[in-house]
Amino acid sequence: MTGKVWALVCAGALVAGLAGCSSSDGADAGGKVTLTYAYWDEENQGAAMRKITEEFTKAHPDIEVKLQFTPNKEYWTKLQTAAAGGTAPDVFWMNGPRIGLYASQGALLPLSDRIAKDKLDLGKYPKSLVDLYTLDGKQYGIPKDFDTIGLWYNKDLFDAAGVKYPDASWTWDDVRDAAKRLTDPAKGVHGIGAMAWSQELYYNTIFQAGGHVISEDKKKSGYDDPATIEGLKFWKDLLDRKLSPTVQQMTDNDPIEMFKSGKLAMWYDGSYDAAQYNKTEGLNADVAPLPAGPKGKATVIHGLANVIYAKTEHPEQAWEFLKFLGSEQANRIQAESGAVIPAYEGLQDSWVKSMPKLNLQAFIDQLPDARPYPVSKNTAAWARPETDAITKAFSDGQDVEAIAREFAATMNAALSQEK
Amino acid sequence: MSTLGRAVAAEAAARPATRRRLRDRDWVWGYAMIAPLVLGLGLFYLWPVAQSVYYSFTEWTLFGDATWIGLRNYEQVLTDPANLRALRNTFVYGGLSLLGIPLSIAVAALLGTRGLKLVSLYRTLYFLPVVTMPAAVAMIWTWLYNGDYGLVNYLLSLVGVEGTSWIANPSTALYALVAVGVWTQVGYNAVIFMAGLQAIPRHLYEAASIDGAGRVRQFFRVTLPLLSPSVFFVSVLSVINGLQMFDLVYLMLRRGNPAREETQTIVSLFFSRAFEEGAKGYAAAMAVVLMAITLVLTVVQFRVQKRWVHYA
Repeated sequence: MTGKVWALVCAGALVAGLAGCSSSDGADAGGKVTLTYAYWDEENQGAAMRKITEEFTKAHPDIEVKLQFTPNKEYWTKLQTAAAGGTAPDVFWMNGPRIGLYASQGALLPLSDRIAKDKLDLGKYPKSLVDLYTLDGKQYGIPKDFDTIGLWYNKDLFDAAGVKYPDASWTWDDVRDAAKRLTDPAKGVHGIGAMAWSQELYYNTIFQAGGHVISEDKKKSGYDDPATIEGLKFWKDLLDRKLSPTVQQMTDNDPIEMFKSGKLAMWYDGSYDAAQYNKTEGLNADVAPLPAGPKGKATVIHGLANVIYAKTEHPEQAWEFLKFLGSEQANRIQAESGAVIPAYEGLQDSWVKSMPKLNLQAFIDQLPDARPYPVSKNTAAWARPETDAITKAFSDGQDVEAIAREFAATMNAALSQEK
Repeated sequence: MSTLGRAVAAEAAARPATRRRLRDRDWVWGYAMIAPLVLGLGLFYLWPVAQSVYYSFTEWTLFGDATWIGLRNYEQVLTDPANLRALRNTFVYGGLSLLGIPLSIAVAALLGTRGLKLVSLYRTLYFLPVVTMPAAVAMIWTWLYNGDYGLVNYLLSLVGVEGTSWIANPSTALYALVAVGVWTQVGYNAVIFMAGLQAIPRHLYEAASIDGAGRVRQFFRVTLPLLSPSVFFVSVLSVINGLQMFDLVYLMLRRGNPAREETQTIVSLFFSRAFEEGAKGYAAAMAVVLMAITLVLTVVQFRVQKRWVHYA
């Protein structure tokens, strides 16, 4: 019975809450407008986001920006539900895998006309990022930041094993040799972590082996390409030779934490995690460009964009805010916080200098070899099965080639349903 | 007709009238009392159910445009191997959650033992998991199950058994999650069984012992039959709870867990489809199928109860 009473109380609260939501706003008459800005990374970027909105309000006293933080795990479900109900935030963060779906279903405001009218120069941002947020010739987002992947290494473990630090000349063979010499089962130390993480690990080696995840026209999976499978086998081989902890061990113990605590000597990870490695006490680590594979160098590049909700009540004010978010001033604030590499041209240097003890230049130097994060219109429909399949393939005693080919069929089926 | 007769007749005629008036007022009050609940049920349970059924016949794009596609979702739901695997896992959860019943009866019996010291402490300890947030439960058990540093493996190592990564190992993950589910339910079920045990008249035991029945025989001949209504109630709830298994799967399985396929339930798959992949119409069809399965199993349980449930 009490359960039911509580259910009613909660239901009542919900109704009151809804009423509260819908009764807000309507302040247009007074000239003052409140925009909502949603993001998902409070730990690394919250401070910079607050500083940016403060600066914006200084220049636009009649526009107030309310920040809305949601942890990444819930961000997309919440946004999707809000967008379906017509109450999404006015401006929010967007990523590559989701842009196709959101833009094609009319949830985002097309920006091309406004960009042309205000003569906004998109040449100030990396082209691959501008393209990532272009759909059917229309621009939907202004790039916010970008990230590439690097080879992180624990200097103390390298010194102890007498292995030379990695540099730009390294190849897959160097990684394998080093991993072998760095692995010390007695101390529970592994040379490298071979986890089934796409962006940080296997997408990079797929590109380095000359493979592809999805075809240029986004219609076919690349997982039945022998070169793609070779890129996966790089990791499988390290796992089979026990130079990496098993996938199960890294499920129980987050490999990022293992690297931080000196259990992994090498670890592929993005520029976005630099800040946490920088501030981990007792960790003497640095970063190098990713080693080259049989078909040369490659790294995944991805970046976020700021977008405007199609049904926002204040499109003009939201556009003003978006322009500011893409401005040099806002990007400089992001750069100095060290959290992410700003998208704006010429500001990468201030990010590199934000953590002087790390060789962050390694992330920037890789830009000429960078490959865009593979996406299609509805990336989510195959991304989850992909993670499951590759995870399975990396587990003990599994045949990576068979699983990759089987997944190619699954992915092709998902792609064929896209319109 | 005499005066008296008229008076009686008048009274007789009046009586039902007053009674009806009284009854009318009762009805008003009665409805007023249950109105919040009925409204709540209608608004937050029945209406969504009706909507789900409707949307299960549509293709619902991410932001709300639903187009009618008839039975196509159901065709896919019933043929997708991922769903069949999830269905099998769901049945395992539902079935194994019945294992909690004998355990709960034992706990209830022990807690009801006369002269037991610290009884309220024990009751609190057993009931604690019921009121603990699932997120906290999941976090603690994730640590306990850790393959390298977990307490479970440490305890096993004391008796010379080598453990595993319980929730990252495809052959153990499902059972590890069931164990947590049962663990959280034992306290709740035990409360129901304790109430059931207390309702059994003491004189039946006296009579049984005079007839020469030992404790074991008393348990099977007196306790269990008279406890059967509680067992029935708990088993219906356990099966429904098991079929709706979601929170532990969602909370305990991290990104890149190789046991995901083996632990996926209908509800967790529903969540992926609806909220991660954006196939809401398809997901609605899954929900309707699960509802039908739950309904059938519950009806079967109610039918079968006549054979074994004794209402004193």
